[in-house]
Amino acid sequence: MKVVGLSGSIVGSKTRTAMNYTIQSISDNYPDAEVTLIDLADYQIPFSDGRNYLEYEGDTKYVTQTIMDADAIIIGTPIFQASIPATLKNVFDLLPQQAFLDKVVSIIVTAGSSKHYLIPEQQLKPILTYMKAQIVQRYAFIEEKDFYRKEITNDDVLMRLDRLVEDTMVLTETYTKMREAEEAKYDF
Amino acid sequence: MEQYRMNPNKGLEFGIYTLGDHLPNPLKGERISAEQRIHEIIEYAKSAEQAGVDFFSVGESHQEYFATQAHSVVLSAIAQATEKIKIGSSSTIISTSDPVRVYEDFSTIDLISKGRTEIVAGRASRIGLFKLLGYDVSDYEDLYEEKFDLLLKINEEENVNWRGKFRAPLENAQVIPRPQNGSLPIWRAVGGTPASAIKAGIAGVPMFMAHLGGPVSVFKRTVDAYREAARRSGHDPSNLPVATAGFFYAAETTQQALKDLYPHINEGMKKTNGQGFSKQLFAQGADRRNIMNVGSPQEIIEKILYQHEQFGHQRYIAQIDFGGMPFDKLQKNLEIIGTEIIPAIKKYTAKD
Repeated sequence: MKVVGLSGSIVGSKTRTAMNYTIQSISDNYPDAEVTLIDLADYQIPFSDGRNYLEYEGDTKYVTQTIMDADAIIIGTPIFQASIPATLKNVFDLLPQQAFLDKVVSIIVTAGSSKHYLIPEQQLKPILTYMKAQIVQRYAFIEEKDFYRKEITNDDVLMRLDRLVEDTMVLTETYTKMREAEEAKYDF
Repeated sequence: MEQYRMNPNKGLEFGIYTLGDHLPNPLKGERISAEQRIHEIIEYAKSAEQAGVDFFSVGESHQEYFATQAHSVVLSAIAQATEKIKIGSSSTIISTSDPVRVYEDFSTIDLISKGRTEIVAGRASRIGLFKLLGYDVSDYEDLYEEKFDLLLKINEEENVNWRGKFRAPLENAQVIPRPQNGSLPIWRAVGGTPASAIKAGIAGVPMFMAHLGGPVSVFKRTVDAYREAARRSGHDPSNLPVATAGFFYAAETTQQALKDLYPHINEGMKKTNGQGFSKQLFAQGADRRNIMNVGSPQEIIEKILYQHEQFGHQRYIAQIDFGGMPFDKLQKNLEIIGTEIIPAIKKYTAKD
């Protein structure tokens, strides 16, 4: 199973910190999974101009291709101006309309305030649904106070992240089996 | 219709098109050489003519996994190798070409073929060729409209006066040679959405509508929008032919047809579009109300007749060779088309 962690911002450290823990949790608990972390801060990606993702080169091609090849994607995002960062939205814009068809997507959010709790529900999930993702319904919402010097200090958050990993993996396995059973019916 | 060399009294025309894709056969994992692929396309056209197919066309795509970038060169070989089948492009990317050169090429092919050549002008579904050929993709829409208009003008007038943004002006410029009958049928390629069809209707030119899968009723909206736009712009839709083009595959049973075709479509789409074709949607392709003509010969006959009843189109164009389909399978399909499908659809759609 191919799992991609996508850290959706090019600034700050909290989302990346949460993603590092999450990737480690997958590696520890699911050694057979092939895990890749994409931190958008590490890549130079232009704004989408509408072309098919296969026609990009360099970083953009790598990032889009890696996402398209994944079975599961764990998106980590901060909240900027009461929404997702433009860098993350740009990744969605670079991908085909139904890019997440037959993929499981789960969400980790880091935010400065609990007042942002419903933003992923109301702004990120509709995009993922439109792109045909199977969404892990519960997301991990992490506040600024849960971090101290690039580490998560709240055990509750760590356990929630472990549960999110487990839910993502279980849903991906289940969904893969379901799809295989469905496709086997067709006999072609 | 005569202007476009169509005679509806003879019934629905049956055509074949290839995008000129050059993909591995997914069952073998191997790809034939570009040389072999091009020769097979020429042979395919010859066999299509022998099977009684009305029209054969070759497309232009400047990207990996395609072999007929120089589609007009391939068409001229086909013009030489055949005698009566109509031939054309599917499509010529007019946006990134010089309409004068395109017209010179196609009227020459028309002379080689003795009056059998048509142009289908499109705007490219992919944009890699803009960079390759030195155009700015931000001019995507303007390039197409301006060059398409110029192509039509050259078709109407041998001596052209023209001024535009993307090409040096033409001052009483003579564009020769002229086609055998003075002009060529020029179609506008439409991707299946009403928005694009409306533009073809406004221009008052024939529409070549390509489609993947989906209910006929959805594509009927596109055909209706085209005719309505033509009417509103002062063109008589009854003079404007419509062609539909999409996946085709016939086998003894519908189940066998789905089984034979699916891996080619799925793997081919992965390589050329970056995503495969859903099995669920593909399975629905067998439904009689679906526009994809995949099934047993009898099922396909009924589907094409249903489409004809809904669209009132003049030409159906089958794409059979996508995704590394082996040549013997193409031959087998042509045999079914020639012996069963064409006779049946002509019988039910011809007026005399």
